[in-house]
Amino acid sequence: MNETLILTQILTGIVGGLVFALLALGLNLIFGFMGVVNFAHGSFYMVGAYVGLVVVGRLGAGFWPALVIVPIVVGLLGAVVERTLIRPLYTRKEYEPLLLTFGLAFVLIEIVKFFFGKFGLAFNAPAGLNDALISGTFFFPKYQVFLALAAVAIIAALWLVLEKTDIGLIIRAGTQDSIMIRALGIDFDRTRALVFAIGIGLAGLAGVLHAPTRELSADMGLLMTIFAFVTVVVGGMGSYWGAVVGGLLIGIVYSLVSLFAQQFAQVAVFALMALILLVRPRGLLGTA
Amino acid sequence: MAETVRPVPRTTDRTADRSGRQLPGFLRRPVFWLAVALTLAYFVVPEKGLATQILVFGLYATSFNLLLGYAGLLSFGHATYFGLGAYGTGLVMKWWNPHVLVAMTAGVVLASVAAVIIGWFCLRRRQVYFSMLTLAFTQMVFFVFQQSRDITGGDDGLRNIPIADFDVPFFGSIPLEGLRHPENRYFFVLIVVVLSLILIQRIVDSPFGRVLQSIRESEERAKALGYPTDRILLLAFVFSGAFAGLAGALWALLAGFVGLETLSWLWAGDAVLMTIVGGAGSFVGPFIGAAVFQSLREYVSRHEALLFGMGWQFYTGVIFMACVLFFPDGIWGTLKQKLRRRAGSRPRVQTTATVEDAQRAAPTVSGGGDGGEG
Repeated sequence: MNETLILTQILTGIVGGLVFALLALGLNLIFGFMGVVNFAHGSFYMVGAYVGLVVVGRLGAGFWPALVIVPIVVGLLGAVVERTLIRPLYTRKEYEPLLLTFGLAFVLIEIVKFFFGKFGLAFNAPAGLNDALISGTFFFPKYQVFLALAAVAIIAALWLVLEKTDIGLIIRAGTQDSIMIRALGIDFDRTRALVFAIGIGLAGLAGVLHAPTRELSADMGLLMTIFAFVTVVVGGMGSYWGAVVGGLLIGIVYSLVSLFAQQFAQVAVFALMALILLVRPRGLLGTA
Repeated sequence: MAETVRPVPRTTDRTADRSGRQLPGFLRRPVFWLAVALTLAYFVVPEKGLATQILVFGLYATSFNLLLGYAGLLSFGHATYFGLGAYGTGLVMKWWNPHVLVAMTAGVVLASVAAVIIGWFCLRRRQVYFSMLTLAFTQMVFFVFQQSRDITGGDDGLRNIPIADFDVPFFGSIPLEGLRHPENRYFFVLIVVVLSLILIQRIVDSPFGRVLQSIRESEERAKALGYPTDRILLLAFVFSGAFAGLAGALWALLAGFVGLETLSWLWAGDAVLMTIVGGAGSFVGPFIGAAVFQSLREYVSRHEALLFGMGWQFYTGVIFMACVLFFPDGIWGTLKQKLRRRAGSRPRVQTTATVEDAQRAAPTVSGGGDGGEG
C-alpha cells in the first residue's frame, strides 16, 4: 500500500463527496424552505444524466451547452412537479410529500427505462478532459479534477446567491419563518416553486456532471438518494456547510475503506452515520 | 411518576355503537370479519399461491401499519425485519431442521433483536429524519448480508431450505412442502396470520396501544402527561419488527428460498405502498393493499407486452401517487367514509374524528421547520 495510491483514493473520495454535497444542498434547501423531503432527489439526478445524454448524444449540442441546458430543463420539470403534485400536500401530514416523491421516484425510473432500456449506457467525457494527469505512479483522470472544480464553483455560487441577493434573502427568511415573509407580502407560492426548481436543477446538474465518471442506468439515482440523506444526517440538517463537510467526509471514508476492503465501503458509511447519531444526533454542524 | 397507570381517553369508543342492536363482543371486532373474509378468500382467489402470498404480505403490511397507523412513525426500513425473519428461519431450518415453529421463533427473535438495536438508533430522531434513518439502516443490513456470502449465500440468496412437515402432538403431521398441498399451506399461514391479528388488536386496544395513539396525535402532550415516549415508541417498533419477522418466517417456509431482495429498501417500500393504498390505521386496509399489489404484480409481469412494456413499478407508482393525492385514507378508508355517509350521521362518525381531521379541515400555514426533534 503506497502513499500515491492512498492519495489517489483521497482525491477520488473528495470528488465523490462533492457530488454528494451538491445533492445534499438541494435536499437541504427544499426541506428547509418547504418542509418537503424529496425522496425523488436521486431520480432527478438520474434524469439530469439522461437529459445530458440526449442533449449531447442525440441533439449533438456538445457537453458545455449541456451544462446550461440540463439544469434548466430538469429545474423546469421540478417546478411542474411542485405545482401539480406537491402543492396539494402542503396542508397534509408532514410525511405525505415524502410519500408522493417516493412514488414519483419509481415512476421516473420506469419512464427512463421505457425510453432508454434496462441496460447501462456510457457517457463520454468532453474532448480535452478524457485523459489523465500522470506523474510517476500517480494517475488521476483530468475529468475528475474538472468535476471537483465545477462542484466547488457551484457550491460557492449558490452560497453567494443565498447570502448576497434579494432572492437569497427571501429564501433564508422563509426557511426561518414562512409566515413572516408572507406577512411581508412575498408571493410564497411562487417562491416555493422557485426553490424546488433550484434544488431539482442542482440535482440534474450534479447528474450530468457526474455522468462521464460512471455508467448510466435508470436506477443510478436510488443509491445517490440514500447517500444524500446520509450526508444530510452526518452534516446536520439545514446547515449549508454541514452538507459540504458531510459530503466530503462520506466520500473520503467510502473511498479509503474501499481501498482496503471494497465490500465494506458502503457499510462503513452507514456505520459512520450511526456513530454520528450516537455522539452528536444533530449532525456535525447542525444547530437544532 | 411514569410508573402509575392512568386512564387514557379512548379515541374510538366502541361502546358508542349502542344506538343500534347489541352484538356480541367478538362480532364487533374488525379482526373477526377480516378472518372470515380471508378464509373465504381461499375459495374465491383462483390461484392458491397468490392467495397465500396475499396473506403473508397482508401481515407484513399490518406490522408496518402498527407503526404508521398507530404510532405515526413512517419507516422505510421494514424489509430488514421481514428479511431477518426469513433468513433466521431459513438458516435454522438448514442447520438443524427442527420443528417448524422453532425455526419460525428463531426468525422472529432475530428480527426483534435487530429492531431493538436499530430502533434505538432511529428513534433518536423523529418525523422524516426517522424515516431516512430506517432507510439507511436497511441499506446497511442489506450490504452486510450481501457480503457475508458464506452464511447467507450473498446475491444468490439462501437456497434449498428443507421444509419439514408440521408436527402436531397427538394428531399427526401436516405436510407443508411442495405444491401438492396448497390448502395446507394456505390454512397454516391463515392460522398464524389470524393469531397475529388478534394479538395486534390486543396490543392496539391495550393501555399501551392507547398511549401509542396519543403519541401519534401529540408526542409533547403525551410526554407532558409523564409517559416515557421514547421507550413506548421503541416497544412499538420492536412489536412491529417482530410481526414483520413473522411474515418473513412464513415467506421462507413457503418458498423454501430467501432472496436477498427481501432485505432491500424496495421490499421495504412495498410495505409503505400496500399500507397507504389499502388504508393506514385499520386492519382491513393493509390486506386490501396487499391483494391489490400482489394481483397487479402478477398481472403486469404476465402481460407486459399488452401494457406498452412499462414495468409493474410504473403502475404501482402511479396508483400510489394517486392515492396520496386524492385518497389519503386509502381504498378502505375512503370506502368506509362513503358507506358511513350513506348510512346517515350516526354518532360513531363523530367519535372517530381525530386531531388530524381537524387539521385537515383547517389548513395550517406553517410551511416547514416544525422542528425535527420532539
